[in-house]
Amino acid sequence: MYKLLLCWRYLRTRYIALASIISVMLGVATMIVVNSVMTGFTREMQGRIHGILSDVVFESHSMEGFHDPERHMQQIRKVAGEYIAGMTPTVVVPAMLVLDVNGQYVTRQISFIGIDEATHDQVSDFSRYLQHPSNRDDLSFELREDGYDQLDHQAGENAIPRERMDVAGWVYRRLKARYQAEREALMAPPAGMPVIAPGEGPPGDSAAPRDTAADNVAAKGPAAEPGTSAGDDEVVGPSTGANPFAAADVEAGKVFDPATEQHTGVVLGFALAAYRLRDGSDRFLALPGDDVKITVPSSGTPPKAVSGEFTIVDFYESKMSEYDANFVFVPIRKLQQMRGMIDPSTGIGNVTSIQIKLHDDANGTKVRDLLRSAFAPQIYSVQTWRDKQGPLLAAAQLETNILNVLLFMIIAVAGFGILATFFMIVVEKTRDIGILKSLGAPSRGILGIFLAYGLSLGIVGSGVGLVLGLVFVAYINDIADALAWFTGQEVFDPTVYYFQEIPTIVEPFTVTWIVVGAMLIAVLASVLPACRAAMLHPVEALRYE
Amino acid sequence: MSNARAFVQSESRVHHGSGPHAAMASSQSANDQTARSVQLAAVALHKRYRKGQVEIPVLRGVDFEVRGGEFVSIIGQSGSGKSTLLHLLGTLDAPDRGEVRFHGERIDDLSSAGRDQLRNQKFGMIFQFYHLLPELSALENVLAPLLIEQSTWGYLLNRRRFVQRAKQLLEMVGLSHRLNHRPRELSGGEMQRAAIARALIAKPEVLLADEPTGNLDTATGEEILRILRTLNDQQNLTIVMVTHDRAIAAQADRTVRLAEGKVAAVD
Repeated sequence: MYKLLLCWRYLRTRYIALASIISVMLGVATMIVVNSVMTGFTREMQGRIHGILSDVVFESHSMEGFHDPERHMQQIRKVAGEYIAGMTPTVVVPAMLVLDVNGQYVTRQISFIGIDEATHDQVSDFSRYLQHPSNRDDLSFELREDGYDQLDHQAGENAIPRERMDVAGWVYRRLKARYQAEREALMAPPAGMPVIAPGEGPPGDSAAPRDTAADNVAAKGPAAEPGTSAGDDEVVGPSTGANPFAAADVEAGKVFDPATEQHTGVVLGFALAAYRLRDGSDRFLALPGDDVKITVPSSGTPPKAVSGEFTIVDFYESKMSEYDANFVFVPIRKLQQMRGMIDPSTGIGNVTSIQIKLHDDANGTKVRDLLRSAFAPQIYSVQTWRDKQGPLLAAAQLETNILNVLLFMIIAVAGFGILATFFMIVVEKTRDIGILKSLGAPSRGILGIFLAYGLSLGIVGSGVGLVLGLVFVAYINDIADALAWFTGQEVFDPTVYYFQEIPTIVEPFTVTWIVVGAMLIAVLASVLPACRAAMLHPVEALRYE
Repeated sequence: MSNARAFVQSESRVHHGSGPHAAMASSQSANDQTARSVQLAAVALHKRYRKGQVEIPVLRGVDFEVRGGEFVSIIGQSGSGKSTLLHLLGTLDAPDRGEVRFHGERIDDLSSAGRDQLRNQKFGMIFQFYHLLPELSALENVLAPLLIEQSTWGYLLNRRRFVQRAKQLLEMVGLSHRLNHRPRELSGGEMQRAAIARALIAKPEVLLADEPTGNLDTATGEEILRILRTLNDQQNLTIVMVTHDRAIAAQADRTVRLAEGKVAAVD
């Protein structure tokens, strides 16, 4: 009883001790905030990665791919059929994208992904990230008339409107075509052949040698483009009897009218066509309706560069900058034709990978191992989405761990502060300890007083820290805004992160650990002074002045 | 005298009371029975203190007896070892050689728990510098020995009775108007009175007083002595008082003089 009473009285009368646990408090608060934000980021990132990648990716090591995806899928089903919810074949190749921005050619390095529109949606959240509402429901590689989102449908109310998107679609394409035609008429009165490329002659010529000096694309140049495009279409024509992309099936020699026709549609990664300004608004380099040129390596040895014209039909915005600045999607058949991956006798194309979606409760690692043992590792590689993004996820995890170690060090340092303060208090209370002993208080009791004192300080410190941390997390975006307003420096720059707000997740388990750890440190720091107090000789303690 | 009279009155109320007070009365009759027998004894006590490399012998074979109900004063110059003797008698310290006996049984070699209990229940101690706990009020200071003795649960169950008794004791020493004052708000005399009340709350058999008037002016010292005297007379409480002042020592039944670590003369 006297232990509790004295402990309570010491707490009430020794505010210096409370000062010593402010560091514990701040440590706890910081750890909670950092962990919540890091967990939030990691979850958000994982969610996005997982939304793009399927659960398990089955791919060939070579760019040639493997033949007959149907047969492979049957085999996969035989091995691990009970876990599999859906599969889709894809072709992924590195490629070069050329955008014409007001006569300037902008070249980008991309991953060109051929997808099967019918089945691709079964394995990933691909269509969720598209900008046209109808495409989100039912993906089509045909350009829409208009109606593209002006507000980022993922960002919520805070999104900054993308006003340019209101004309995107056929509306924009027709306007642009008319403008081009009038411009051509003005610039080159004796126009023999209509030029498909949106760029003008002279700048295109000057850009060509720079861009692709050693490439045969360069040799053809803008002037040869109609021929290239037509040649492409010739390949397309005979092999795709039921090609749904009517616009691409322009007969050879027929004049391509950009105001009424489109090339094969592509979905462009958002960051390829736009960049974000400091105020969070987006500046567009191209819009749905614009034409782009894409060059891919052909299948075969040695690979040759093959180019084609495409029309942007939508943007893909997963908010993972790595993907948004890299991915261009195209119907798989078109890519196979372009690269010469289709066996002319059977009409069956090669694919480079098969994306596999598992049932919700299935274990990806187990399926991966099953497939690995069933297919020759020399030819096929099987990875889960975690494996594929392993380094990124591991880096985020490592970062969290290091931060936790550092912050826990801060609390440990605070522990030494408590230790020092407690020694002072024990020295100050030496006489009281002597008195208590002369009244018959056992050493255990004295020990108890100071341990309870340490524990109460730990509880107070980590309790206040807990509340502080949780409040901070709850209002983190307001705090960031206030800081930005106060310092004039953006705390959370939306041009760097494709989030409108700082994501946070409070994990009760982590928070519990932090609080318990802080209390433990406070108690441990009070053990030594408490032992010293308990060991004091009563006579010497009484004599102490 | 007024304090002593107050004490007498309060004690008389106690005698008419029931419950815990009856126990008090019985312990008093036990005191009567042992009035003639030796209650506390020191047998050939040796004690040395180490100061750096040098060992200073403080007690060099002290033989000393206190009978039940006696009021003994120990007198001696500074450094004669009188305080050390009192600490040894009260088991606050252990002798190098020799024995301390309580009712004929050796107590200096008891376990620390045994000695803690003895200090808590059989001995009451008062000191020159009062030694009250600064964080507690006068009433809480008086209750401290009971707080230490009892478990939390046991204390809370008997709280009203304990507080009642503490208030009676404070009234006896004339501090009933200062129950909730902190020690720093009390005068020296008041602090010493609170210390006496604290020493008595656990109904000890022996009161050990270490220069109880050493820090007080003469008049206040007299008051304190009168309280001790009355306790001895009325309650037959055994008192061992250490002092360096002959006049104060003379108030005791018997005076023991310490010189050079030995009992020099018995008056």
